[in-house]
Amino acid sequence: MSTRLSTGGRLIDRAKPVSFQFNGRKMQGFQGDNLAAALLANGQVVMGRSFKYHRPRGVVASGAEEPNALVGLGEGGRFEPNQRATTTELFDGLTAISQNHWPSLDFDVGAVNSSLSRFLPAGFYYKTFIHPRAAWKHLFEPFIRKSAGLGKPSNPGDPDTYEHAYVHVDLLIVGGGIAGLQAALTAAKTDAKVLLLEQEAHWGGRAPVDGAEIDGVAAEEWIKNALQTLEAAPNVTLRKRCMGSGVYDHGYALAYERCTDHMPGAAGPRHRLWRIRAGQIITATGALERPLSFSGNDRPGVMLASALRDYIVNYGVSPGDRVVVVTNNDDAYRTALAVKDSGLTVACIIDARASADGPLPQACRDAGIRVETGKAIAGVGMKGKALKFVDICAQAGEGSVLETVGCDAVAMSGGWSPVVHLWSHCGGKLLWSEDNFHFYPDVTRFPTDHKGAQYVRTAGIASGAMLTHEVLGNASESAVAALEQLGHSAEAWRPSATGSEEGAMAPVWVMPQGASKAKKSKMWLDFQNDVKVSDVELAAQEGYQSVEHTKRYTTLGMATDQGKLSNINGLAVLSGALNQPIPQTGTTTFRPPYTPISMGVIAGPGTGKTFQPLRKTPMHGWHEANGADWEPVGQWRRPYCYTKSGESREAAVSREIRNTRDSLGLLDASTLGKILVTGPDAGKFLDMLYTNMMSTLKPGKCRYGLMCNENGFLMDDGVVARLDENSFLVHTTSGGADHMHAHMEDWLQCEWWDWKVYTANLTEQYAQIAVVGPNARKLLEKLGGMDVSKEAMAFMEHADGELAELPVRVYRISFSGELSYEIAVPANRGLELWEKIVEAGAEWNITPYGTEALHVMRAEKGFIMIGDETDGTVIPQDLNLSWAISKKKEDFLGKRAQARSHMASAERWKLVGLETIDGSVLPDGAYALAEGTNENGQRNTQGRVTSTYHSPTLGRGIAMGLVLHGPDRMGEVLKFNKVDGSAVEAKIVDPVFYDKDGEKQNV
Amino acid sequence: MLKFTCPYCGIEASETELAAGGEAHLKRYGPGSSEQDFEGYLFLRKNPKGVHLERWRHVMGCGKWFLAARHTATLEVFGTYSAQTHEPPAEIIENIRAKFPEWQA
Repeated sequence: MSTRLSTGGRLIDRAKPVSFQFNGRKMQGFQGDNLAAALLANGQVVMGRSFKYHRPRGVVASGAEEPNALVGLGEGGRFEPNQRATTTELFDGLTAISQNHWPSLDFDVGAVNSSLSRFLPAGFYYKTFIHPRAAWKHLFEPFIRKSAGLGKPSNPGDPDTYEHAYVHVDLLIVGGGIAGLQAALTAAKTDAKVLLLEQEAHWGGRAPVDGAEIDGVAAEEWIKNALQTLEAAPNVTLRKRCMGSGVYDHGYALAYERCTDHMPGAAGPRHRLWRIRAGQIITATGALERPLSFSGNDRPGVMLASALRDYIVNYGVSPGDRVVVVTNNDDAYRTALAVKDSGLTVACIIDARASADGPLPQACRDAGIRVETGKAIAGVGMKGKALKFVDICAQAGEGSVLETVGCDAVAMSGGWSPVVHLWSHCGGKLLWSEDNFHFYPDVTRFPTDHKGAQYVRTAGIASGAMLTHEVLGNASESAVAALEQLGHSAEAWRPSATGSEEGAMAPVWVMPQGASKAKKSKMWLDFQNDVKVSDVELAAQEGYQSVEHTKRYTTLGMATDQGKLSNINGLAVLSGALNQPIPQTGTTTFRPPYTPISMGVIAGPGTGKTFQPLRKTPMHGWHEANGADWEPVGQWRRPYCYTKSGESREAAVSREIRNTRDSLGLLDASTLGKILVTGPDAGKFLDMLYTNMMSTLKPGKCRYGLMCNENGFLMDDGVVARLDENSFLVHTTSGGADHMHAHMEDWLQCEWWDWKVYTANLTEQYAQIAVVGPNARKLLEKLGGMDVSKEAMAFMEHADGELAELPVRVYRISFSGELSYEIAVPANRGLELWEKIVEAGAEWNITPYGTEALHVMRAEKGFIMIGDETDGTVIPQDLNLSWAISKKKEDFLGKRAQARSHMASAERWKLVGLETIDGSVLPDGAYALAEGTNENGQRNTQGRVTSTYHSPTLGRGIAMGLVLHGPDRMGEVLKFNKVDGSAVEAKIVDPVFYDKDGEKQNV
Repeated sequence: MLKFTCPYCGIEASETELAAGGEAHLKRYGPGSSEQDFEGYLFLRKNPKGVHLERWRHVMGCGKWFLAARHTATLEVFGTYSAQTHEPPAEIIENIRAKFPEWQA
């Protein structure tokens, strides 16, 4: 049973009690506690359950690497799952719930999985996939769905704010332990701009807990002095609670600052993402302790030796009255001494090494602590959920119990692994140490920057320097090397340090070394994902040799801790099973972020209205005030239709179309792309860009054209107006303007750079209004100012002039089949013109129409729409647009590709009109069914629907589609599939449904 | 996140300001070209693990396309240069050959 000690706790303030709740139970802690410490202080040893078997779990670590003590924090929109209790600072009113249990943490139904564990071996998911389909659907899927997912998402949306901060520094130092501080002290003496980050709420890392002396003072004192010096240095910036998350190309780094998690309600953003560009990066990220693999090592009450020491020294919390320490190295003896110093009992130190004679074991023996060398833990005994004893055996043997030792906590240490994540993110390579049995950075194979020079260095334990004086010297030297690279001269120094001598460790990957299969199936490697020694050995036995494959097969290292505890032990076991040295097995890839960062901080301020810019035409406000039902078109908003009160969308669209065809409609066409192409070679350039001839177009005339890419596929279409000898105005689709402008620039800058052509995207310079319908000319004449008669302005002509005393350019073009004028006016006068037109058009019941009416009217006329009839695989020939493909031109973009055999094939599906026999509307995207099935057993097809609408003009469904040999099959009836599995019949017809001779537009 | 100096506006720009455009110095094959030449132009790319001449556009800046010589594994940039050329300038070839004497464009 864990409890609070009456004294001690260097990080807590006993004068400031704090109330919090865990699973609805009220508890007390102190300011400075983390949640795990506070839970232990309240006797709450079990903090969560594992993911797969729902086994009860206690806290195993004391920092960011914690795999077990994951909780859901907060409530409502502020609820956040999967938060590590070890990195959660306690505050008044904190509420937390445990995860992966039902109905309660103490009694969990899912724990039955544990007794079924032999049916859920490594590769369970993969093996399951090959079972019969029925078993999958009724047996496995429900099980996996129920057990999948870790924690619950918050609901509703997140009320907090997040921000991104940008900074350029000369030297970024990640990690504020003594190594990071020493590196910063070295750099502080120069004028290099330095940023020092520490992920926790306090500086100095583990040194104060380990009790080192530096420069003749206690580590704690040395840290205080270092901070004073750094805070006074004008070139150094310090950030606590700020985790160096990832190192990226060319000196880029991300850091995750938790600004107000520890004081909810405080002003400012909750989290901040630092986007850092650094000249040089030093990672002083320390090391993580490894668990030992013995049977029962996942039981609540078993934790890392360093963690147990942290809870005593930092928080004044006793994880248990009688502690057994089990180790393969000297460092764990510090835990034994800390336990003893706090007045608790060390039942025994079980050391797997044959002998332990260094100063630390000696100090323990001198303190009267029993030390058993050459021994191992054979098993862990529980009574209910409380740890009661361990069985001791010989490490060399198979696990025969020599003795049972009563205890209520076990401190384990399998040695330390440098945190090489940030070194590795951008290509830093690793070496295997045969002294310390860990991977450490290979200083000869470093990440390189844009100059090909080293830009990441490690400092301290992250370099593999394990003893305090080595840590400080190494940190200073790394800083000097980085500073020299930046052009600053600096001097390294090695502060003296004591209390750090350690004897050699021994590699112990399985305890005892001859453990049976049964024992190995109780030795946990990955605590969160329930991966055991037996699972990794099974993977090896089943032929998995790559560590990356084994990881995915067993889920080793795939939990939220990303293998921080499990990876080295796991790959050592794999190496053992494959009978190959560990370096040959290698590590899995280290990827950012180092620890999980919030989704909120990734989005930063870019949510809701600021997610992306919203483009509004000059008439946007009018549309809004007149019932616009908005549709997003790229970043624009366009009215889909204008609904009157009580009117359905369908009714509105029908009304808009009927009014336009019968009398007069108007459309805001301002979003249409408008690109000016000008210069002596403009005609030549457009001849290359368009499939048809543009250079022969006369000033004052318009021509419809198609643009293809070099693959021959149709990209965009629109009307080109020649303004004068040298200038053309190119109209593109609304969504395509920016892309087509970039396309033009690409060819002009990179291929035909000697051509005298200039382009400018004028899309937003002009508002454009389409006035459409039999009364369109009458309206323009009523506005007055220019001759728009049939004689003065024939179809496909344009003219500059004045209408209603506004400067305009009028194009007589039509996308609806009606008499139609598109009027361009400077954007700032767009609304004025629109309002004048609306006012003047009242006598003809002028009706604004939206994008849906536009779509239906163009479909009634058989006009194609980019994105409906095209999808990036359609060529103009498929759409019967051969008339718009010049035979005379030697070259244009796409011409060569369209001559390729597949493009010229007669088997390509071609555009036709489709009319359902029953008059209904064909489902969008439906396929025309053909006889038989393909080799996958899927129904053969012979065409598909590309556009489908209800035509109010014709009172029936109309559609366009691409059909095999379509134009040769007029009148044939095809079957089209529906979502419900049935089919609907439609006849192949001419795609022009309305006014086939164009009499309405040519008046 | 890579950074390049735009040879037009002189700004050292982060990748977020730029758009990548694939291999540089492709020779365009148009109508009349053989199937083999056209296939090479449309589809076949060097994709080296090594020095790569590539196209970038300063899309969130001056809008200009430029070319860069970059090592795809070490990420070293040997220089950026105008897009209006059929081969890298001598100075950039020199920079590359200083490290990779055998390198051929």
